Amino acid sequence: MRGQWQGARVKGRAVLIPVAEFDSVGLRYGTGAEVLRDLDFRLSKGGFYFLTGPSGAGKTSLLKLLYLAQRPTRGRISLFGEDLTAASRDELPHFRRRIGVVFQDFRLVRHLSAFDNVALPLRIAGASEAEVEGPVREMLAWVGLADRASARPPTLSGGEQQRVAIARAVINRPELLVADEPTGNVDADMARRLLHLFTSLNGLGTTVVVATHDVGLISATPGAKMIRLEGGAVSDPTGALKNPPGRAG
Amino acid sequence: MLTWLFTSPAERRLLGTRPLQGPTPWLIAIMTFSIMIVAAAGLALAGTAQRVSSGASARFSLQIPDGSKLPQTMQVVRSSTGIANPEAVPESEMRQTLERWLGPAGASADLPVPALITFDVTAGVDLKALEARAAAIAPGAKVIAHREALGPVLKSLHALQWIALVLVLLLAGSCAGAVVLAAKGALDTHRATIDVMHGIGATDVQVTNLFQRKIAIDALTGSVLGAAIAAVVLLLLAATSAFAGELMGGATLGPGDLLTLTAIPLLLTLLATWVARIAVLAALRTAL
Repeated sequence: MRGQWQGARVKGRAVLIPVAEFDSVGLRYGTGAEVLRDLDFRLSKGGFYFLTGPSGAGKTSLLKLLYLAQRPTRGRISLFGEDLTAASRDELPHFRRRIGVVFQDFRLVRHLSAFDNVALPLRIAGASEAEVEGPVREMLAWVGLADRASARPPTLSGGEQQRVAIARAVINRPELLVADEPTGNVDADMARRLLHLFTSLNGLGTTVVVATHDVGLISATPGAKMIRLEGGAVSDPTGALKNPPGRAG
Repeated sequence: MLTWLFTSPAERRLLGTRPLQGPTPWLIAIMTFSIMIVAAAGLALAGTAQRVSSGASARFSLQIPDGSKLPQTMQVVRSSTGIANPEAVPESEMRQTLERWLGPAGASADLPVPALITFDVTAGVDLKALEARAAAIAPGAKVIAHREALGPVLKSLHALQWIALVLVLLLAGSCAGAVVLAAKGALDTHRATIDVMHGIGATDVQVTNLFQRKIAIDALTGSVLGAAIAAVVLLLLAATSAFAGELMGGATLGPGDLLTLTAIPLLLTLLATWVARIAVLAALRTAL
């Protein structure tokens, strides 16, 4: 239990604060139909979650809500114990710096080297060049791209770009890691290594949410929970994600 | 306050473009050149109007219909207190002026030519009494204030000054508009980079600083270039004899004017930088 929950005591009773909490959340784009509806779940600190569901079920939209690229059209989202309903635009960077994101389309900065792409979160957070050099080299080595540090994304293969994107997402040890199909472009061996990286981070307290269709990835991660989206709503046959919050691992 | 200006090489690499790329510096150079020329003309006009006005304020003419009475009338003027620098306009000059209007007939000895005496006055001179004494010798003699004669010219000069000022403001506004368009164009070009930066926690100010620095360098380079070309053109105009003879003879730029002109590139750079910051921040506000 310790290390898994941000805790506070109210009247002698432990109050568990989840990393993310969705209450009756709905999302629609413009005047279209709701792509997500009545999302009501919590992600506990230190949990490892797989987000699955058929194409068009709303996985990417749900991830966008998690990494604050979208605001819900209704309902309430709390992150790290803070209600974001009334959070101003200026407050969002503070939250985003605590979240690592692996985009499905990588979203690397094309004119920056792999090194500079991975270093970006650290530099934005205000780290000096001396503080950036070591961790970035180490992370690039970890994802097998030590010798490609100065290469720019257009010269990297899809798999290499994906590894750079993952390295960028985890470089500053985020409290919440959100990954959209992170192993879609890598071979089985690299997928295992990346999963190991995620589980290692998870072991250090990072909450991990991975959207994937890869059943092998799910089965290789014991203790992980599954959020299944169907038609924009959470379909959770285990009931593990509904209130009260489920516990990871 | 100026930390945005001194960014690290890594931050400078984020935009992927070097300063001075694109049309912005050239656009600002053209604007600065135009503003400098118009401002120089306006300042020269202001100086001329000032000199003409101050020179005319105490200057008067005594018009004598019968030119033969000039010597006696001159005696009256010279003997009056508070009168300085009395000068009779030579008859030859008067005839030359008439010739412009009348042709060769203006030079005919049969044509009676009026005489003119110009003079300066000090305070307290009774011009009515002077006019009465002159009229006693030369009937119809009349004192005319140069200020009144030059009134329409001064009005025109003042109008031209205002036109110059309005032109300068319009050009500065156009410059600001061009910077806004350039900033928005740069934002569109770098939209993907901005989205990534926002996504990993960059603040609007961090993103804005990158663009502000680029536009500040572009604006400073462009405005200095435009000002340098304008300075060369103004020096050439001043050195050209034809121009100097008719126009620059009375229209010169004082030290204050030169200081004002020197400040224009700097002011334009500050304007462009400020406008870029406002435009970028406003554009970023539309994103989540």
